[in-house]
Amino acid sequence: MSEVTPEVIAEHGLSGEEYERILGILGRAPNLLELGIFSVMWSEHCSYKSSKVWLKTLPTTAPWVIHGPGENAGVVDIGEGLAAIFKMESHNHPSFIEPYQGAATGVGGILRDVFTMGARPVANLNALRFGDPSHPKTRHLLAGVVEGIGGYGNCVGVPTVGGEVNFDAGYNGNILVNAMTVGIARQDRIFTSQASGIGNPVVYVGSKTGRDGIHGATMASAEFGEGAEEKRPTVQVGDPFTEKLLIEACLELMATDAIVAIQDMGAAGLTSSSFEMASKGGLGVELDLDCVPCREDGMTPYEMMLSESQERMVIVLKPGREDLAQGIFEKWDLDFAIIGHLTGSGRMILKMHGETVGDLPIDPLAQAAPEYRRPYEDMPEAPFLAPSAVPAPADTSAALLQLLACPDLCSRRWVWDQYDHMVMADTVGRPGGDAAVVRIHGTKRALAITTDCTPRYCQAAPRTGGAQAVAEAWRNLTAVGARPLAVTDNLNFGNPERPEVMGQFVGCIQGIGEACRALDFPVVSGNVSLYNETNGKAIPPTPAIGAVGLIETLDRTATIALKAPGEDIVLIGATEGHLGASLYLREVAGRREGAPPPVDLAAERRNGDFVRGLIQGGQITACHDLSDGGLAVALAEMALAGKLGATLTPPEDPGLPPLHAWLFGEDQARYLIAAASADLVLEAARAAGVPAAKVGTTGGDALTLPGGAPIYLNDLRSAHENWLPVYMGESLGN
Amino acid sequence: MKAAVIVFPGSNCDRDVQVALAQATARHASGGAPIMVWHKDADFEKVELIVLPGGFSYGDYLRCGAMAAQSPVMKEVVRRANRGVPVMGICNGFQILTEAGLLPGALIRNANLKFICRDVNLRVETSQSLFTGRYEEGQTIRVPVAHHDGNYIAGDEEMERMEDRGQIAFRYCAPDGTLTSDANPNGSARNIAGIFNETKTVLGLMPHPERLADPALGGSDGRPLFDGLVEALS
Repeated sequence: MSEVTPEVIAEHGLSGEEYERILGILGRAPNLLELGIFSVMWSEHCSYKSSKVWLKTLPTTAPWVIHGPGENAGVVDIGEGLAAIFKMESHNHPSFIEPYQGAATGVGGILRDVFTMGARPVANLNALRFGDPSHPKTRHLLAGVVEGIGGYGNCVGVPTVGGEVNFDAGYNGNILVNAMTVGIARQDRIFTSQASGIGNPVVYVGSKTGRDGIHGATMASAEFGEGAEEKRPTVQVGDPFTEKLLIEACLELMATDAIVAIQDMGAAGLTSSSFEMASKGGLGVELDLDCVPCREDGMTPYEMMLSESQERMVIVLKPGREDLAQGIFEKWDLDFAIIGHLTGSGRMILKMHGETVGDLPIDPLAQAAPEYRRPYEDMPEAPFLAPSAVPAPADTSAALLQLLACPDLCSRRWVWDQYDHMVMADTVGRPGGDAAVVRIHGTKRALAITTDCTPRYCQAAPRTGGAQAVAEAWRNLTAVGARPLAVTDNLNFGNPERPEVMGQFVGCIQGIGEACRALDFPVVSGNVSLYNETNGKAIPPTPAIGAVGLIETLDRTATIALKAPGEDIVLIGATEGHLGASLYLREVAGRREGAPPPVDLAAERRNGDFVRGLIQGGQITACHDLSDGGLAVALAEMALAGKLGATLTPPEDPGLPPLHAWLFGEDQARYLIAAASADLVLEAARAAGVPAAKVGTTGGDALTLPGGAPIYLNDLRSAHENWLPVYMGESLGN
Repeated sequence: MKAAVIVFPGSNCDRDVQVALAQATARHASGGAPIMVWHKDADFEKVELIVLPGGFSYGDYLRCGAMAAQSPVMKEVVRRANRGVPVMGICNGFQILTEAGLLPGALIRNANLKFICRDVNLRVETSQSLFTGRYEEGQTIRVPVAHHDGNYIAGDEEMERMEDRGQIAFRYCAPDGTLTSDANPNGSARNIAGIFNETKTVLGLMPHPERLADPALGGSDGRPLFDGLVEALS
């Protein structure tokens, strides 16, 4: 083994101070294998050393939370003895270097986090951020990421039902690929990674170990400089076919009583999985590396322990169940090997060819990882921008068409057409709505699922932006009639060693925490991705929020599509016409400035509870949350989905903001609904203290805005649908 | 009616079609839920219908359906098909049927080289079969496709023979039933979405009728196919 020199230590991403700590723990110098293990376990990616102190401030409990953060994924009670298990995780760095495999293995990894706990995965979502469309790499990255997500998810047979795609020059050198999986398990069959039982066998199942992905976790914990593509060998290669077999084999084994603990091999592979299991059980583990199934000969202990080869799991079995388990994995043509056993020593002993090649104390390594309270600067919030300071468009219809065709608002059909979003035959609410709706198999109940974040708000005012991401997720679940249950957060930021980036992080976390507390919407799982910057330029702060809600009966949901002519359109929530940090300001006025719309969590809750009540009471025919692009864009989307026109008429109200601010302002806590008659809705709103106003009627084959000519739905549809396929170089009409 | 759904490693629509068949048999109060047959099990019980489900059998790593066509269970499926037991292959199942020689032609990569998942309109070309008896000839139905390799090709002579014998089951069409290139999602020759063998006891189709056989999922145009099969085979 080569020498552990200061250069080697630096290459492993360990600071001098951290190396001193290693010497203290071991009482000697580590060998290269041991240094490699410390390096990945103490990487930002695995140890959360910069974020931990702040993550602890988030609310994580509620009566319906079964497992909060700390397990592979969060677990919530969804009734009838079932649980929803879900998490969102980033695969940003690998996807920038090698978009297809980076995104594909991101999907594979998050699927494993969920089925490791005993759940059958039922839905995938993804939150994607790309650079400016004019940047030379954007097209290539978008094509590769979408194909990779589809290539993996379609093959494993889990529907990809939703997500989001944004473009911003701030991601030119560092795209974001955040993948979320939701699974369903029986509450009495939830598995964790806590090992127990000295002497119990430690078993390796799945794919063989190769030399791919070594030090992926370390890569994900550093900034990119020039030549990032040279890191391609650290990107893993996915095999969705093997993942599908692994899902089925694990679920088959989970139906028996053979498993004590189970953990997928994710970042830092065999190292972090075996460490975590032993650490949680307060035990030791001894592994015989000669038994690890390897793809190639001559792999060193260093390579085996740090490989991030995909589709692998570690299982602690009950004694005497080895044959049963082996039979199941052999049925599915997967590798199965007993590679070691649990001990009472509290140490990880690694042996090869009869010799001890590594000997590390588990607790100091896994639990006593460094924890930093990094200095941060409170980020100033951008100043309020008065609606009157933003010019009105010459023609509101032209402005709407421009917005609907802009990269951040145009139809994502080109993306979701490449994802199998219907396999498993339970997709009730397909992509394109406020939230995906996936039926709980064999029942009339369903889960609503969404991902949300508005990075330009987070950039302008981190605290407001963090709260808004949570509020919008809550609102999207509400808009389909679901009761919001819990959140998974995927926090993507730049280099935390820079106080201004840390300030963005702290601000967003504070906003998320406030919103989650106010909405009874706890964070049950998550992932932090830092060092998202290239050549010293950080990405916009992007705390993506994934969220799950419960629909008690599928007869009582709503979609965004207008249903029938002659109905009333009612706006719920107060409109002040906030244009600061809005898409109108950016796309139509060509300016980026101002504070984002304020988030009033009490109003959010009151308005949302009111709308959910209307949906559950069967009183409305369509519902859409208002967000990017405001009222006009929301109504256009409802008209397109319903293939039915509408006319928008501002109410007679002296307090109404200027027309363009009324149409395009992005005030929060608002919904647009359609109902046979507005009267009942308005009366109920008055009684509930919820602002509501009739703003239009449905009918015809055009959308008519005040201050503009009617727009035929066909023209509206072309504007909305064409941008992405044209950008991707496709011929239209198919 | 008793049906068998063959499960290959990588099948992923096996449960979906099992549910659609079970619901159809329940509506007709005839027969039980279909049995699930593992690909290594060539010796399965007598059934009235065999279904090859969608998915990515063996990862589709060699060529879609090529490896599944060589599996032990497929030798038995071919033997039974040749004796007249009805067989239906959906999506990957269609690909397997062409690879196994039970249906003519082949399915190659979609014309746009991308995976495509969306609802399509199909024109039912005949009601004179076990599978399509509950539809009207010329009827337009809406069901989804979800595939990367659904572009149907066959030799010119073969194609003419199939047309003459009425072996075309479904074609991609516009909502009004006209056959246009815009309505053809994958570049299939003559807009072909599904075909029969000569005796119309074997059907292969790329679209997924099992995915829109339940109004809760936004449509039930696929349901008559399952209802018709159960009725005809009970």
